[in-house]
Amino acid sequence: MTREMLDRKIRQLHDEILVLDSLVEQAALDAIQALKRQDLEAAQKIYHNDRVINARRFELENDCMITIATQQPIMATDLRQVASILEVVGELERMGDYAKGIARICLRIGKQPHIKPIVDLPRMAEIAVGMLHRAVAAFVSLDVNEAQAIPQDDDQVDELYQRIYRELIHIIRENPETIDQANLLMWAAHNLERMADRVTNICERTIYVATGQMKEIDVTDDEDLSQ
Amino acid sequence: MDKFVIEDLTVQYSDGAESLRQISMAIPANSITVLFGPAGGGKSTLLRTLNRLNDLADVVRISGKVRLFAADGSSVEVLDRRTDVIALRRRVAMVFARPIVLPLSIYQNLSYALEMAGERRKPVLDQAVERSLRKAALWEEVKDRLQDPAAALSGGQQQRLCLARSLALEPEVILLDEPTSGLDPISTNKVEESLQELKQNYTIILVPHSIQQAARTADQAAFFLQGDLIEYRPGKEIFLNPQDRRTKDYIEGRFG
Repeated sequence: MTREMLDRKIRQLHDEILVLDSLVEQAALDAIQALKRQDLEAAQKIYHNDRVINARRFELENDCMITIATQQPIMATDLRQVASILEVVGELERMGDYAKGIARICLRIGKQPHIKPIVDLPRMAEIAVGMLHRAVAAFVSLDVNEAQAIPQDDDQVDELYQRIYRELIHIIRENPETIDQANLLMWAAHNLERMADRVTNICERTIYVATGQMKEIDVTDDEDLSQ
Repeated sequence: MDKFVIEDLTVQYSDGAESLRQISMAIPANSITVLFGPAGGGKSTLLRTLNRLNDLADVVRISGKVRLFAADGSSVEVLDRRTDVIALRRRVAMVFARPIVLPLSIYQNLSYALEMAGERRKPVLDQAVERSLRKAALWEEVKDRLQDPAAALSGGQQQRLCLARSLALEPEVILLDEPTSGLDPISTNKVEESLQELKQNYTIILVPHSIQQAARTADQAAFFLQGDLIEYRPGKEIFLNPQDRRTKDYIEGRFG
């Protein structure tokens, strides 16, 4: 087996993942900023840029397939590595969709005045993107300790999510006319909450590549009704 | 840039069997071109046609054109009877499946051909020996025992010695006919790695010993079946998404 060539290929795939990840991180942060500032032009751009993320995902998947076909990573860490890259790429693409969803929410709300100041959502986005950044770095460097630590931060995201939820319910009760926008903001929060959950999946993959153990990382129950 | 351009090449052996039928293909310089397919497909015949080793075989009919290009764009017609075969084989070297070392020292195995070619200066020979051993990734293993008999080397080392020997004459093309078929995985790995290095400066045409090796090494790959060239495309395309049903069946292990 041409070890060197396979190693080079995997390094290349890792680089491509880092690029894809930075696109996703940027899209999520930009989407929340656009929502906060009601910047419809920016939201429009983020919405369309999701195509770039999707195209990169397919490219990366294709590169994985070529690596499997030509370099035959058929055993042990190599196989787990390439199979997990496929998985992580899928997770990143879905997170890109969440960012796109937030951009769409921004467009739907348009210029109507916000029913509450957008403060907790940017905080949520910051934490979720921070988790994502660390998780992808841990994945490419196979840092198991880091991968085990990151999901703990999900508690903060869940807490913010619960707070936003309660606040929005309160606003709806006070003034039922706010229900449309409240519902949209709830979705934005939900998207960020899901994003952080998917970070945990990336961490699980890191542990799997390094140890061969496939196990779920338990985080506190977030009462996610969609599951 | 194309190193070889082959047009309508047909080779027929004396038993009447056509070993190659109207093969046309261009082989680019500075890359690894792999010829693969089941036994009897014509891969070795093509390889042996490229430096006229078939002159010695029982070939009754050979037709078509094989042109070998130099860096300056000039070309020679390989099949032309007037072509200087010795000069051709200096440009187009061959490494066989089984390492055939000369019953001489490691050093002499490498200097022999140069001495035959008239080179007598010790420093020039020393340099050529070291350079070719380095290129074949063997230098570190033998530098302290160059005077030992080559036959004492392991199989993998002997094969790399043969590769080094072909490099000593500074060829432009290296033909390899299942060069790792008798080697262990570690030695195979070393040979494959040196090929990846060598392709920067040489044109490499390889008949691999397995389909896996074909996939690993090929920049472009040609699938041969019973004398016909079925499919010839970049390696990453042909092994992931073969276009011809027969290529696909062979790659997937349905026959061969």
